[in-house]
Amino acid sequence: MRRTYMDANATTPLLPEVVEAMRPYWMEHFGNASSIHLDGQKAHTAVDQARDTIAEFFNCHAAEVVFNSGGTEGDNTAIFGLLHPGDHFITTSIEHSAILQAAKVMGQHGVETTFVDPQPSGLIDPMDILRAIRPETRLISVMLANNETGVRQPVEEIGKIAADTGVFFHIDAVQGAGKVEFDVRRFGCHMLSISAHKMFGPKGVGAMFVRRGTPVEPLLVGGSHERRQRAGTENVPGIVGLGKAAELAMHSLEDGTIGKLTALRDRLETELLRIPGTGLNGTEVDKPVPRVANTTNIWFDQLEGEALVIALDLKGVAVSGGSACHSGATEPSHVLMAMGLDKTRARASIRFSLLKTATDADIGHVLKVLPEAVEHLRAISPVETGTLG
Amino acid sequence: MIEHTTIAVAMSGGVDSSTVAAMLAHAGDTVVGLTLQLWDQTRLAGRHGIPDAPKAGRCCSLDDVYDARRVAEHLGIPYYVVNQQSRFEQDVVRPFVREYLAGHTPIPCSLCNNHLKFDQLLQTARSIGVDRIATGHYAVNEYDAGRDSGRGRWILKRPADLAKDQTYFLFGLTQQQLARTLFPLGHMTKPEVREIARRHGLALAEKPDSQEICFIPGGDYKQFLTAYLEEQGEQMPETAGELVTAGGIVLGRHEGISNFTVGQRKGLGVSSPSPLYVLQIDPVSRRVTIGADAELATRTLRADRLNWISIPELTEPMRIRAKIRHRHEPAWAMLEPAGEREVVATFDEPQRAVTPGQSAVFYDGDEVVGGGWIV
Repeated sequence: MRRTYMDANATTPLLPEVVEAMRPYWMEHFGNASSIHLDGQKAHTAVDQARDTIAEFFNCHAAEVVFNSGGTEGDNTAIFGLLHPGDHFITTSIEHSAILQAAKVMGQHGVETTFVDPQPSGLIDPMDILRAIRPETRLISVMLANNETGVRQPVEEIGKIAADTGVFFHIDAVQGAGKVEFDVRRFGCHMLSISAHKMFGPKGVGAMFVRRGTPVEPLLVGGSHERRQRAGTENVPGIVGLGKAAELAMHSLEDGTIGKLTALRDRLETELLRIPGTGLNGTEVDKPVPRVANTTNIWFDQLEGEALVIALDLKGVAVSGGSACHSGATEPSHVLMAMGLDKTRARASIRFSLLKTATDADIGHVLKVLPEAVEHLRAISPVETGTLG
Repeated sequence: MIEHTTIAVAMSGGVDSSTVAAMLAHAGDTVVGLTLQLWDQTRLAGRHGIPDAPKAGRCCSLDDVYDARRVAEHLGIPYYVVNQQSRFEQDVVRPFVREYLAGHTPIPCSLCNNHLKFDQLLQTARSIGVDRIATGHYAVNEYDAGRDSGRGRWILKRPADLAKDQTYFLFGLTQQQLARTLFPLGHMTKPEVREIARRHGLALAEKPDSQEICFIPGGDYKQFLTAYLEEQGEQMPETAGELVTAGGIVLGRHEGISNFTVGQRKGLGVSSPSPLYVLQIDPVSRRVTIGADAELATRTLRADRLNWISIPELTEPMRIRAKIRHRHEPAWAMLEPAGEREVVATFDEPQRAVTPGQSAVFYDGDEVVGGGWIV
């Protein structure tokens, strides 16, 4: 059966160039980047080259790049590494759980958090961030792009607010990396986190921008890796893969890939919205809401998103509805709920997130199977129940 | 597209449903595994002495979902967890709590089967293009074309392994549900099932059976009631009252009617030369009547909220055997319609502890005639 993968915001496959770039670092150049000998130097060179690439990707100095295990580690580091008892923290209610749960933990250590709600469009209003600032506010963390809706947040304006008020600013850029232009100077952030596997790199590796002089304590201590900012032997093949993925991402931002991807996403979205009883999440009447190119989030009235996800999976289309809880069952998306959707509509919403390698045929496949799956689900009236008891 | 040979197996993570999935997958059917996520076992953790880490072997624990998923991976079948937590709470947990507070002794498993499990599994299956489901219940269902004046009926029968008979919990199945459900273990014994599980290389072949109510960690329902009400921001209602004899003599006071179930002997707080039992619980006067074992026996029971399986309707008296609780040997009785929506069973021999809130299931030989809820 043909399979079409439309869940790029969950993870992406490695591009062949990434696999090739990583290949020598498993067996041939296996050295420890901290070792003095030539084997170690080979590994160290590879890490340095990747660091240069990421520095270019971020538009920062190489010394401001810290490799880590991915987005969760970056998010946690920004919060645990910078906040102290008595500090105030501002974030949004639509962040990834790596931010939300870390804030919850800090709540037990004397750090109060303000969770700013988005507007119904899914956009965070920078003025709401400004209004939340207090004398003891030490950190703001806002995502670059939302994983569920793809809405691109006004981080530049928030960066200005942070600069004006003397508050540190972290950006969870996991969902924006490779999809929008990147420039940590323009963003005005002190820290920024990315993850390789959301941008066609390997799982378990990521990077963080830490502006020079930002007093963030390391999460992991031990050896003097990463300028003492992150202990632990460098994941050399992973870091090489991340570097290659970032290099390819920079090309994609310039060679028209993003424009093509936008056209594909728009075609999918337009066709899906022709189905009666549907609507777009992450939009506003008469006012364009900036979104990343690959994501659309659509509600389908009179059905359970969970059932639609399963039905589409069995027809060869991988999409996502809400977030998976610990057991793997679907919970209504906290992002959509924060935007003001009721539980029924949140549960009836599906996220389509396209790979940058998506084709017309992929869109055609989804448009072939989805409308009939929706029709089928809506046609099913609840099965007769047993006696009342 | 899904062909009609596709079967959705309800997988609980136990040996029975896992074996069903293995049997069907190896028989060449296209199998999809489904687990209903019904209750978060960690939800009430830490409240009123409920342990933080739930024990294994319950239908909605994380370990069981993990086990079910491992079986599906082993068999190479698609597997999905379907979130039914809010419906389970509404249709099973809340009625369970309400019944207890009303002095009854509810059976959540029957509530779940009648209201949620089969209905939801069939609905989920249909929504993914699958017509039939299979479960690991020990029961037999067969179509008899000659019943009901030739119109035909689906019949539910006791299984080969009478020690594992689960028909008592399945009396609420409708004809439509029976028609679309497979019970592949109906003709097998538990040791045979374990042997098949071993043959298919299922790691959980030796996993112990679960016996307790799946959403009550540790099986302490009073602890659960208190913790659940606390979580809901509700007070345990004040239901303290008098302990009386059948003749109306006040023997003492009790702390609340939800501490009692008909037939209970322990924890009455009254000393007596001969053992005393709960005979009756009156939620209105909050009186709990206690007395000797012999006084527990009654000759009749009344049931409502009926479902009929082997017959379309009870229109005249019928000789049946009635089972009034899970571990009760069905007893001979005459079953008669009473009013519009009730039946009365008159036992040949008085039966001990007929308990409101439990179900009464009526058998004709091995067949389930139907059943209802004792009032």
